Amino acid sequence: MITKKDIEHVALLSRLELTGPEKDMYTRQLNDILNHFQFLARLDTENVQPTAHVLPLQNVFREDWVGRHISREDALANCPDREENYFKVPKIV
Amino acid sequence: MPQYETVIGLEVHVELKTRAKIFCDSTTEFGGAPNTHVCPVCLGLPGVLPVVNKKVVEYAIRAALALNCKIARFSKFDRKNYYYPDMPKNYQISQHDLPIAKHGYLKIDTENGAKKIGITRLHMEEDSGKLVHQGTITASPFSLVDYNRAGVPLIEVVSEPDLRSPEEARQYMEKLRAIILYTGISDCKMEEGSLRCDANISVRPVGTDGFGTKAEIKNLNSFKALQRSLNFEIERQIKTLEAGGRIIQETRTWDEGKGETLSLRSKEHAHDYRYLPDPDLVPLLIDRQWVEDICGSLPELPDHRRERYIKEYGLPDYDAAILTNTKELADYFEDCVKVCPNPKAVSNWIMGDFTRLLNLHGLEITECKITPQNLASLLGLIEQGTISGKIAKTVFAEMFAGGTDAETIVKEKGLVQISDKGAVIAIVEEVLVTNPGPVADFRAGRERALGFLVGRVMKATQGKANPELVNKLLREKL
Amino acid sequence: MQLFLLTAHEMHDLLIKKEISAEELNKAVFARIDAVEEQIGAYITRTRENALAQARAVDRQIRHGEKISPLSGIPIAIKDNICTDGIKTTAGSKILSNFIPPYSATVVKRLEAVGGAIAGKANLDEFAMGSSNENSAFFATRNPWDTSRVPGGSSGGSAAAVAAGEAVCALGSDTGGSIRQPASFCGVVGMKPTYGAVSRYGLIAYASSLDQIGPFARDVTDCALMLNAICGHDPLDSTSAKYQVVDYTGFLTDDVRGMKLGVPEEYMAEGTDPAVRCVILKAMKKLESLGAVVEYTSLPHAEYALPTYYLIAQAEASSNLARYDGVRYGMRAKGAEDVIDMFMKTRSQGFGNEVKRRIMLGTYVLSAGYHDAYYLKALKARTLIIGDFDRVFKKYDLLLSPVSSTTAFRIGEKMNNPLQMYLSDLCTSSVNLAGIPGLSIPCGLAGGLPVGLQLIGRPFDEGKLLRAAYTFEQNTDYHKQFPEL
Repeated sequence: MITKKDIEHVALLSRLELTGPEKDMYTRQLNDILNHFQFLARLDTENVQPTAHVLPLQNVFREDWVGRHISREDALANCPDREENYFKVPKIV
Repeated sequence: MPQYETVIGLEVHVELKTRAKIFCDSTTEFGGAPNTHVCPVCLGLPGVLPVVNKKVVEYAIRAALALNCKIARFSKFDRKNYYYPDMPKNYQISQHDLPIAKHGYLKIDTENGAKKIGITRLHMEEDSGKLVHQGTITASPFSLVDYNRAGVPLIEVVSEPDLRSPEEARQYMEKLRAIILYTGISDCKMEEGSLRCDANISVRPVGTDGFGTKAEIKNLNSFKALQRSLNFEIERQIKTLEAGGRIIQETRTWDEGKGETLSLRSKEHAHDYRYLPDPDLVPLLIDRQWVEDICGSLPELPDHRRERYIKEYGLPDYDAAILTNTKELADYFEDCVKVCPNPKAVSNWIMGDFTRLLNLHGLEITECKITPQNLASLLGLIEQGTISGKIAKTVFAEMFAGGTDAETIVKEKGLVQISDKGAVIAIVEEVLVTNPGPVADFRAGRERALGFLVGRVMKATQGKANPELVNKLLREKL
Repeated sequence: MQLFLLTAHEMHDLLIKKEISAEELNKAVFARIDAVEEQIGAYITRTRENALAQARAVDRQIRHGEKISPLSGIPIAIKDNICTDGIKTTAGSKILSNFIPPYSATVVKRLEAVGGAIAGKANLDEFAMGSSNENSAFFATRNPWDTSRVPGGSSGGSAAAVAAGEAVCALGSDTGGSIRQPASFCGVVGMKPTYGAVSRYGLIAYASSLDQIGPFARDVTDCALMLNAICGHDPLDSTSAKYQVVDYTGFLTDDVRGMKLGVPEEYMAEGTDPAVRCVILKAMKKLESLGAVVEYTSLPHAEYALPTYYLIAQAEASSNLARYDGVRYGMRAKGAEDVIDMFMKTRSQGFGNEVKRRIMLGTYVLSAGYHDAYYLKALKARTLIIGDFDRVFKKYDLLLSPVSSTTAFRIGEKMNNPLQMYLSDLCTSSVNLAGIPGLSIPCGLAGGLPVGLQLIGRPFDEGKLLRAAYTFEQNTDYHKQFPEL
């Protein structure tokens, strides 16, 4: 059972600001969804290895070579706020 | 009042000296105008994917072997999720439950002899960018972000809580640095941030087994900061406990100016990193052959070398420890010994004048103009009696400054020791005539007067006369 | 027959016979776009000049007697979560509404390299999260067969563009059915290749271990031509497979005799709309009549695929979407007190409800105390689901099923019930979990709306899917039916 407090915690971890009605809505919806998925808990997965990757790939590497950088203008082109050649953000604390 | 014991564990971050970053081909070069050493991948643009730089894995294995770790057969990368503006993806690609290496150790010297400090784990991860503030982080109305450092490869070396004093912590850090430098995977420049350290510290009453609540001090970037912050923190924790207070588990920062650690309480109370295996990266399967190849390419490491110097060259442990402190110094010493039959004399010179002059000029041994061959020939000149030990110091300074070989300097400056009896005797006689007082003193049994007379003769020969000969002749004449 | 409704291979024939120029062809398609786009809304961004420039370059090649590729000069729509250098790429989200990538996805480079003319960026559910295109931050694309209905999703713009003649082929992405379901709803061919067959570099990630780019086309031949262009190993994608690339048109033979086709009974369960079920059964009979052996089989863990899929996808998504914070690109909310406040305001204003819901679900299932019960459990269930497929593929060459249990539903019909919307991925999401290829081919109409038959194959066995689909197509004429607009 997900409580409104859980939703507030998850929203903070996800960096989402929710209004009161939104908190209620997500509390209800996440409960609906997870309740519906609850039957997964009954599946016997003892001695089953988790699968994080479907492909049997390993050791995919690049060589230690320096390639082309993007230009500073390209790097900063989409930046919402900049100062000289830096990305600018509001104060940290 | 109980006696307290300190328990310290260190988490050390080492930036690797690869050419390219860990997951893309941007340069790792330090400095550079802001946001010029970047590409779509290390800027975390939508749609980009990481690919592991093979050299990073090789370097991590290299470090792990040098630190006596067990290399994992199977390892993977995970995402550590948390938000910070210097992190382009708001997750850091790191290693969580299957690091590349575990269970290592290194040895430090303590008053009670060598002590093994356990290394819990060693893992690879990416560095973050850098925040630039106007003034301090707390006072600045805004911050500026430079992502040049984002994606530079790091290894994190986590020690066991085996350290019992700030002094041991410093020793551990210095030894770790020395070993890493030997492996050649990092330049370990604390001032450039390529070696950084977080310290976990707690205190407990002597004789107890459990651990006290720990505080973590973040971002210690000098040996001085490490020692001072730990000393401060020990005192703070003991004072708190003595006053009946409780230690809070928290992250603290070291304020160099104030000389104290400060709590770093932010808006985010709960750190929940929500690790997951990075679906963009495939696992690492470390081949034994690869590990053996890397092992075979490691240089002889300091501890081994130190023991060998004692056995092979008959050096005292003190000398052996200092000479093997850096690979460059030890290599230099060994190059000298190859051409000079007296290891102890070489050691004395290297630890003495040599080190003094290097420190004075802020030079590395590799930048020094004196070749091992030249140092050996200087020592040869002393041995043969061609120059005196005192003159040798002058010659050495000359060699250090100009890179000329000892023989040339001695010849050009006419510094050859005068050992010819005929050349010295006239001067001896003259000194005896012009200094009747001391002559009388000596004859009256005052042995010290002889020293004065020797000095006079040496001065008259500009130090070149063989002091033994001068002594002998003076006694004869008197 | 109208020019804009020809297939790529038909257009290619006209081009090399010099009966038409690539420029004329592109102009015809853009005229079609101008005529119907207001009704359909397939594109977020149209790149007419870009396409015409490419077409003129192809015409020069033809004039100089150079050999051109089968896709040279062919107008292609790109789903707007695939990055295009210098062309706005929004992922259907307000948070990226002004984002212009400084680089192109590998698939885009490959299409351009063979002369493909990028006609525009197709609408989608925000960050590919949805099954109806109603979650686009900009507008909802409409189904060309019935504009009161959804085109499916999340690649609804790509599917609708191809069905309506606004593009000849298109690229989409498929995480849980996002190519196959809209292909089914819009009556076109759509394929999700094997995981790792097509580079994901430049695809704005939703769930990295499930996402795969694939083609939309008006027939199986065009689908094979698109695969030829986009498949193959890419050193920029660690999960890209190193495999022998083949000419997929080599599989286009009209022959399924002896082919063993399994029908997982779990995918034909009672939830399926009877009209859809009827069309699917007829299609299966057709394949049987052409010489294939069609039998019922079972995927015992099929019912676990949906929760498994959602838990894994949302966990990955919550991490993938963390980078949208207003610092480096995209929108930034105004009036924030400090950086955390800026992050929170930006993300709250920049993401739509569905995206927020999925981020929160994913964050929750990865968080301390729930990680093992949900996320780790799902990774283990995934192993069992893959095992099911391994077992049936020992016996069968391909599996058959409906793509979706219904035909296109009405706009707004499922918007207030996210759970209901999630359940529509039943037959498609397990294919992503197993990383195997799946294809949707038009197999008839139910109530005047297209129905897609899903073919599922072994890893890297795209060729067999194409052969069965091609055979079915050669012996039916569903691919020649077009919506009236």
